[in-house]
Amino acid sequence: MGNIPTTVKHCLSYEQLIQDYPWLGSRLQDEKEMVPTRVKIQLINMLSETGLPVIEATSFVSSKWVPQMADHTEVLQAIHRSSHARYPVLTPNMHGFQDAVAAGATEVAVFGSASETFSRKNINCSIDDSILRFEEVICTAKQQQIPVRGYVSCALGCPYEGPIEPTKVAEVVKRLYELGCYEVSLGDTIGVGTPGSMAKMLHYVMKEVPSSALAVHCHDTYGQALANILTALQMGICAVDSSVAGLGGCPYAQGASGNVSTEDVLYMLHGMGIKTGVDLSKVIEAGDFICKALNRKTNSKVAQARSKSS
Amino acid sequence: MAAVMRFVNRSSFGSRMGHQCLSLSRPAVVAKLVQDGASAGKTLPERVKIVEVGPRDGLQNEKTVVPSEVKIHLIDMLSEAGLSVIEATSFVSPKWVPQMADQVEVMMGIHRRPGVSYPVLTPNLKGFLAAVKAGAAEVAIFGAASELFSKKNINCSVDESLQRFEEVTKAAKEAGVPVRGYVSCVLGCPYEGKVSPDKVAQVAKRLYSMGCYEISLGDTIGVGTPGGMTEMLQAVSREVPVNALAVHCHDTYGQALANILIALQMGISVVDSSVAGLGGCPYAQGASGNVATEDVVYMLHGLGIQTGVDLPKLMDAGAFICRSLNKKTSSKVAQATCKL
Repeated sequence: MGNIPTTVKHCLSYEQLIQDYPWLGSRLQDEKEMVPTRVKIQLINMLSETGLPVIEATSFVSSKWVPQMADHTEVLQAIHRSSHARYPVLTPNMHGFQDAVAAGATEVAVFGSASETFSRKNINCSIDDSILRFEEVICTAKQQQIPVRGYVSCALGCPYEGPIEPTKVAEVVKRLYELGCYEVSLGDTIGVGTPGSMAKMLHYVMKEVPSSALAVHCHDTYGQALANILTALQMGICAVDSSVAGLGGCPYAQGASGNVSTEDVLYMLHGMGIKTGVDLSKVIEAGDFICKALNRKTNSKVAQARSKSS
Repeated sequence: MAAVMRFVNRSSFGSRMGHQCLSLSRPAVVAKLVQDGASAGKTLPERVKIVEVGPRDGLQNEKTVVPSEVKIHLIDMLSEAGLSVIEATSFVSPKWVPQMADQVEVMMGIHRRPGVSYPVLTPNLKGFLAAVKAGAAEVAIFGAASELFSKKNINCSVDESLQRFEEVTKAAKEAGVPVRGYVSCVLGCPYEGKVSPDKVAQVAKRLYSMGCYEISLGDTIGVGTPGGMTEMLQAVSREVPVNALAVHCHDTYGQALANILIALQMGISVVDSSVAGLGGCPYAQGASGNVATEDVVYMLHGLGIQTGVDLPKLMDAGAFICRSLNKKTSSKVAQATCKL
């Protein structure tokens, strides 16, 4: 029956970390309309009430590039910070990091890629150059005792290069971990991964970095996210990224879904007896709120089913 | 198929997304990515049989009554896509299921591909006889693991329904017609809530002992998770050999693929699904129901598991029936690849 009992036991002995991404750092940024600051603040506050241990609040990228995040300082300063949660923010470089700290950030995140082409197209530099940039951030963060989370995108495929060698993913993950990231989140950026490719990739990455320092960030563009997350859990991963209401589409397949919904992930984990400390019905409420504010339907199947049950 | 490059303009720049991107069409990128996937080393079946229930279970739950020629064309397209079992229609009274009123016409009109089976639903002896007369070479019967569901759905207790089915299996045996059994509500019931895995095992065992060559275990309202699926399959496989079992997962709560994956890990090698995810959930109106065949096949191929199914042709069939029904596909693979 595979490793399920072992893995479930393993996860039951820890708090299952669910990283929630209102992804204000890059999910709401995918929404075409500007979301008012007070709406973002309210969303984060509602998510803080659910028991989620980590809520990525905003992004300190230049507002020239991401107008949606221009209010990063206001958001960070206005949210009500629960003592049970952490509020990392994206910081692509030293400038962003310094602004983030000045605004009160106590945890930051940096974003690498396993694909050279994606790195160049996305942040205009090679993987190596991006890591040099992050090294600066991580070193400074270390001195100020600010934890840094790393992300590696295109871990299971790239919209430009196609398949990505698991050894390349492992290399980039290892570099971020050795530089000082306490955790590295492996992103299936275009959602093309399946349990097969997830298992293969994790097998190589786990040779270089302990599973306790890894997370998975699965996109549901091809409907594979929960099956991929299950595979990751079976291999010992205990941290899962997700987005309330499945906010944020896939920019590489317009109209297609992107992030996996926190509600759907929670439903699966709870059904397996895995503790998360998160109240699913409160997450559904937060999802309802943001969907009404954005005037759009939820991408969460659990939320859809619950709202339509006869 | 040739790769197609096109620019997708983006209105916003994200640190992860980039302000422009090139995307390749599905054959070039997606097919290769799927091929590169490999089994994690768990014992997974080398081959999985997909039982395509779209034309029957799927269409039966669609509000729009579909013309016979559309149904026939759909079934023919599915045959061409490499599916080896396609549930064609249902010999229930048209009074109850108007969508299936053209059952005889459909059976006579489809082009039966050699090596492909076209089972039909037969709720009782009358339906069975009509099915055989119309040329059916395989039939299916539907039990439930929940008493309340059985009463509400087919107006009799589980025991009474099994007695009815015994008539069918006896006649089918004499006629040399294989019978597939279904058990619904295996992971939960819209009326009773939790359903005991032992009850599911009991009903599955009875259907198997009656002569059903295969028992499909249905998560009728899609509430199951890998935890419940494991428990249920453990109980059932103590009574029925695992190679005579199939899973029929609904995706109402988004759990279907994860549940199917667990079932595969437990030795199941037959999976029911519905092209384009046809057929909503009648117990949560507007919510999704059947898992989409395209999404299942995508996962299986990514695991290196053979299905015999040509995914692009399957997606064509899905696109066809969605156009006819004037509705969006419920398949995420279809949604993603048509937009690349």
